[in-house]
Amino acid sequence: MSEHAIDSHHGAPQSKGIVSFLARWLFTTNHKDIGTLYLWLSFIMFFVGGAMALVIRLELFQPGLQFVDPNYYNMMVTMHGLVMVFGVVMPAFVGFANWQVPLMIGAPDMALPRLNNWSFWILPFAISLLSSTMFMQGGGPNFGWTMYAPLSTKYAPPSTDFMIFSIHLLGLSSIMGAINIIATILNLRAPGMTLMKMPMFVWTWLITAFLLLAVIPVFAGAITMMLFDRNFGTSFFNAAGGGDPVLYQHIFWFFGHPEVYILILPAFGVISQVIPTFARKRLFGYHFMVYATASIAFLSFIVWAHHMFTTGLVLSASLFFMYMTMLIAVPTGVKVFNWVSTMFRGAMTFETPMLFAIAFVFLFTIGGFSGLMLAIVPADYQYQDTYFVVAHFHYVLVSGAIYALMSGVYYWFPKWSGRWYNETLGKWHFWLTVISTNITFFPMHFMGLAGMPRRIPDYALQFTDFNMIATVGAFIFGFAQLIMLYNIVASLRKPKTVDDQVWEGARGLEWTVSSPPPYHSFTKPPVANFDDMI
Amino acid sequence: MQALIKRWIISGLLLITQVANATPESRFNMPRGVTPISNAIYDLHMAIFWICVAIGVIVFSVMIYSLINHRKSLGVKPATFHESVKVEILWAIVPFFILVVMAIPATRVLIHMEDTKQADVTIKVTGYQWKWQYEYLDEGISFYSSLATPIEEIHNKAKKNEHYLLDVDHEMVVPVGKKVRLLVTANDVIHSWWVPQLGIKRDAIPGFIHESWMRISKAGVYRGQCAELCGINHGYMPIVVRAVSEKDYEAWVKKERDDITAAEALATKTFSAKELMEKGKSVYENVCAVCHQINGLGILPVYPAIKGSSVSVGKPHSRHIDIILHGRNAMPAFGAQLNDFEIAAVVTYERNAFDNNTGDVIQPSEVKARRNVKPNVNQKTAKKKPINHHHHHHAS
Amino acid sequence: MSDLPPPNVHRKLLWLVGFVAIGMFSFAFALVPIYNVMCKQLGINGKTGGATTYEHVTVDNDRTVEVQFIVTKNEQIPWHFKPNTHHVTLHPGQLKKVTYFASNDTAGPMTVQAIPSVTPAIAAKYLKKIECFCFQKQTLAGGKSANMPLIFHLDPHLPKSIKTVTLSYTLFDVTPKKESRES
Repeated sequence: MSEHAIDSHHGAPQSKGIVSFLARWLFTTNHKDIGTLYLWLSFIMFFVGGAMALVIRLELFQPGLQFVDPNYYNMMVTMHGLVMVFGVVMPAFVGFANWQVPLMIGAPDMALPRLNNWSFWILPFAISLLSSTMFMQGGGPNFGWTMYAPLSTKYAPPSTDFMIFSIHLLGLSSIMGAINIIATILNLRAPGMTLMKMPMFVWTWLITAFLLLAVIPVFAGAITMMLFDRNFGTSFFNAAGGGDPVLYQHIFWFFGHPEVYILILPAFGVISQVIPTFARKRLFGYHFMVYATASIAFLSFIVWAHHMFTTGLVLSASLFFMYMTMLIAVPTGVKVFNWVSTMFRGAMTFETPMLFAIAFVFLFTIGGFSGLMLAIVPADYQYQDTYFVVAHFHYVLVSGAIYALMSGVYYWFPKWSGRWYNETLGKWHFWLTVISTNITFFPMHFMGLAGMPRRIPDYALQFTDFNMIATVGAFIFGFAQLIMLYNIVASLRKPKTVDDQVWEGARGLEWTVSSPPPYHSFTKPPVANFDDMI
Repeated sequence: MQALIKRWIISGLLLITQVANATPESRFNMPRGVTPISNAIYDLHMAIFWICVAIGVIVFSVMIYSLINHRKSLGVKPATFHESVKVEILWAIVPFFILVVMAIPATRVLIHMEDTKQADVTIKVTGYQWKWQYEYLDEGISFYSSLATPIEEIHNKAKKNEHYLLDVDHEMVVPVGKKVRLLVTANDVIHSWWVPQLGIKRDAIPGFIHESWMRISKAGVYRGQCAELCGINHGYMPIVVRAVSEKDYEAWVKKERDDITAAEALATKTFSAKELMEKGKSVYENVCAVCHQINGLGILPVYPAIKGSSVSVGKPHSRHIDIILHGRNAMPAFGAQLNDFEIAAVVTYERNAFDNNTGDVIQPSEVKARRNVKPNVNQKTAKKKPINHHHHHHAS
Repeated sequence: MSDLPPPNVHRKLLWLVGFVAIGMFSFAFALVPIYNVMCKQLGINGKTGGATTYEHVTVDNDRTVEVQFIVTKNEQIPWHFKPNTHHVTLHPGQLKKVTYFASNDTAGPMTVQAIPSVTPAIAAKYLKKIECFCFQKQTLAGGKSANMPLIFHLDPHLPKSIKTVTLSYTLFDVTPKKESRES
C-alpha cells in the first residue's frame, strides 16, 4: 500500500493582495502552478484560434467575398494554424506533463524547476509578438502555417521577421520543456518504478520529448534560413542563387511530420490512462503499446516527403515514402486494437472523460483511414492541397488531440482542484462537440474529392451546400466550448469535496495523494507496487 | 437493440455505395475523369476506400458491441486479461499484409505514370501571380489565361454564373486522343496546376521544370484550379482545358496565329474615342478591376485608386502608359499580356471614367512607341528601366 | 520547497540532450549541402552539373534523342531571351552547340543568372555541358544584346527509355542593388 506523501499541507506561498498574487505566478517554480499556467494559456488561445477559424468559416459560408479581403483571409488561415499548433495543443500537453508527470512517477517536482518557469513565461511574450504581426504594416503572415518559400521569403510582408523571432522563442520553450521532461522521467522516478512500469502517459511524453529535441532545432534551422534569405542575401530557397524552394519543404517537413506526432503521442497517452479507468480493466498490451509508440516515433522521421508528392519527386523517392507512410498504420492500428481490447469485457461507465476517449477512438481512426488514403501517391495527386487533406488533419487533431485534451481535463480536473465539474454540463459539452465536429469536418472529405482546393476564400458553386453545413457546424462547435469554460470556472468556486481516489477504476500514484494534492507532494519518494498501477 | 444496430450498419453501407457510385459531376466523390491516369487513380482510390470501410466496420462493430454489452450498469464484472503476445503479433501482421495488397496496384499505377513515349503536343505551363501562361512549343503560340468571372459576381453585385470562378478568358485547347506533354514552371512563387478530370496535379516551382502528360479520351471542357497557396488571389486563377477533335485543334492553332498577326496590325489603326472606351472598359473590368476595383477606388493602402489619381489625371499621360507596360512596385508588368490596342483602350478608359474626364484619347501607335523609349514611372528606388519590351507572342 | 535531488544529478544527461539539440540545429544547415550532393549523385531534381570535358566519348549511333530548349524570364524581367534553336535531334555522345539570344532592354547594365533545369529529372546528370553561359553571371550593358553559347552532349549511358529531354533555363535578375531595398 502506498504511503501518502508526508508533508505539511501548506498551500502556495501567497499572501493577500495583488502583488503577492502576481509574484506567486510570475516566479513560481512549482510544477502544479506551471501546469496550471500552461493550461489556462492554451485554453485562452483555444478561443483565439477558434475565433480565427470562425472568421474563415464565416467567409466560406457562401461563395463570393462578403466579410474579409483575400489577404486578410490568408492571414486568418495562417494564424489559425500557428495558434492552434503552437499556442494551444503543444502548451496544453506540456501543461498536462507538468501536472501529471511528477505525480505519476512519485517525484516532488520537475528536474529543473526554474527552467520550467522560463519555459512557460517565454510563451505569452512569443504569442503576443506573433499576434502583433497582424497589426503591423503589410499585415501578418499570410502564407499558411507551412510557410513555403519563396512566398514566405521574397514575397512575404515585413512582419515575417517578427514572426520568425516569435517562432524561435516558441521553439526554445519547447526544447527547454523537452529537456526538463527527459531529465525528470529518466532521473526522478520513484524507486522500483522501472521504465516498463511507468504509466503510459509518462511513456508517451518521454518519447514525445525526444521527438521535440530532435526536430524543433531543425525547424529553427529552416526559419533561420528563411530569415537569411529575406535579409542577408542568401539563396537557400532561391533558385537564382543556386538554391531550391523545394529544399525548404524538405527541411520543414522533416520537422513537420514528427511535429504532428508530437501533437498526438501525448493524446495517445491520455487515452491510455482514461479507458482503463472507466473500463475498470488494465490497459491491454502495455508492452506492445510502448513498442508501438516508439515505432511510430521512429517511423515519423522517414515519411516527411508524403507532404510533397506533387513537387516532382523521382519515382524511387515517391515509392519509399509511400511505403513508409503506409507502414505507420501498423503500430497505430495496434494501439487502436489495444484500446478496444481494454474496453472489451470490461465494466464500463460513461462519465465525460470516457465519452471523449471513446469518441477519440472512433474519430481518430477515421482520420487515420483518410491518412492511409493520402499515403497512396497516385491518389494523392487528386487529394493534395484539397479539402480532403483539411478533413484528414482536423479529424486527427480535433477529434484526436483536442478530444484527448478535453478527456484529460475532465479526468484530472477533480484531482487538480479538489472539486467536481458538473457532469450534466460535461455531457452537454461532449455531445454538442462531437456532433458539431462531424457536421463541420465530415463534409470536407466530399468537398476535397469533388475538387475544392485549400486556402481559398471563395469557391465554385458546386461546393456551396457542404460549405454551408461546415460553417454551421463550426459555429455550434465554437459556442459549445463555452460550456466547458463555464463548467470549469463555476466548478472552481465550489467547495473541495473530492476524495483521493476520485474515480473507482483509477490506478496510479496521482490517485494516492489528496485532491487537490499538497503544494509540495512526494517530498519523500513513495513506496508502492507499481505492477498494479499500469 | 442488436437488430437496430444491424439496420443502421446496412443503411450506412447502402449510403456509402450510393455515394461512391455517384456521377462524374458528383459533389461527393472524385471524378473518374477522361485520361488513363485519372481512371487508374479513381480505381485505386475506390479500392483503398473500400478496404478502409471494411476494416472500419470490423473494428467499430466490435467497439459498438462492447459499448452496449460490457457496461457496469448491466452488472457485468470486468475481466482481468490484459496481454497476449499472440494476438498482438496477429494484429500487426494481418494489417501489414493488407498494406502490401494495397501497395502493389499503387506501385503499378505510379510506374505507369512515368510514360516517356513521344508526345504529340508539348505545352509549357507557367504559373504567375495570378494567372497561367500557356506556350505551345511546336505551334509557336503563347497566351495568358486569366480568370474571366466578372468582378461584380465576386462582390455579390451580380448573380453568379454556372462556372463561377472556373472560367478563363483564353482556354487551353488540346486535341483529343493525342499525347499532350506539359512542362510546368512558375514565374514567381510556387503554384500548382490541377485539373481533376485529367488526373494531373503538378507543382509549378520557380527556376525548375517538371513534366506531366495526358491523353484525353473524350472531347469536352475540363476545369481546374491552382492548388498551392500563392498569395492573395490564389483562389482566382483557374484552369480551363478544352479537348477538341484533331481537325478543330488545327483550326484553332491557325486562328491563334491569325489573331496574333491581327493584334499586331491593330497597332497602326486609329480608333474612335467610343471604340477605345468600350474596349477599355472591358479590359479594365477583366484585368484591372480585380485589384483596382470596379469603381476605381482600389483597396488602400495596397491597391491605389484610379479615380482622381495623379497618374490617371496628371500629365504626361505617357507615364500612365509606362506604368501599365512595365509595372511599378507591386503592380506587375502588363506589356506582355496586353497588346497595344488593349493598353491604349484601357488608358483611355481610366483617364475618362470614374469622373476623371481628362478628354485624353490614346491610340495604339502611341503605346507601341512607348515600348521603345526610356520609361517614366516615377519609382521610389531605381529599378529596371525598360526601353524595349517585346510582345509575348514571339514566333518560334 | 521540495526535496529535489541537487541539479548536478542531471548534469550528464543535460549535456547530452543539449548536445543533441545543437546537433540537430546544425543538421538542418547540413541538409543544404546534403541535399545538393544527393541531388547531383542520384541525378534527381533535374539539376545539371558544372563544366565537363569532352573526352573519350563514344557516340551511340543506334538511337537519337530529341533535346528541347525552353526559357522562362523570372518575374518578367525586361530582357529578350530566347533559344535560337528550339530543339535538336542528336545521338547520345554527339557534341552539339546551340546559342541563346539575350538582350538587355533597359537603360542601364543588368546582371542575370540563367538557372538550368532538366526534365525528366533523371536525365539531368547525363546532360554534360562543356561550355555554358549558365556557368556564371552574365552582365550586359543597357540596350546591348548577345548570342550566348551552350556546348553539350548527352552521355551515352542515358537510359534507352528516354527519348525526349527538355532543358529549361530560367533567367533571374541578380543585378547588385545599389540603393537599399524598399520593403
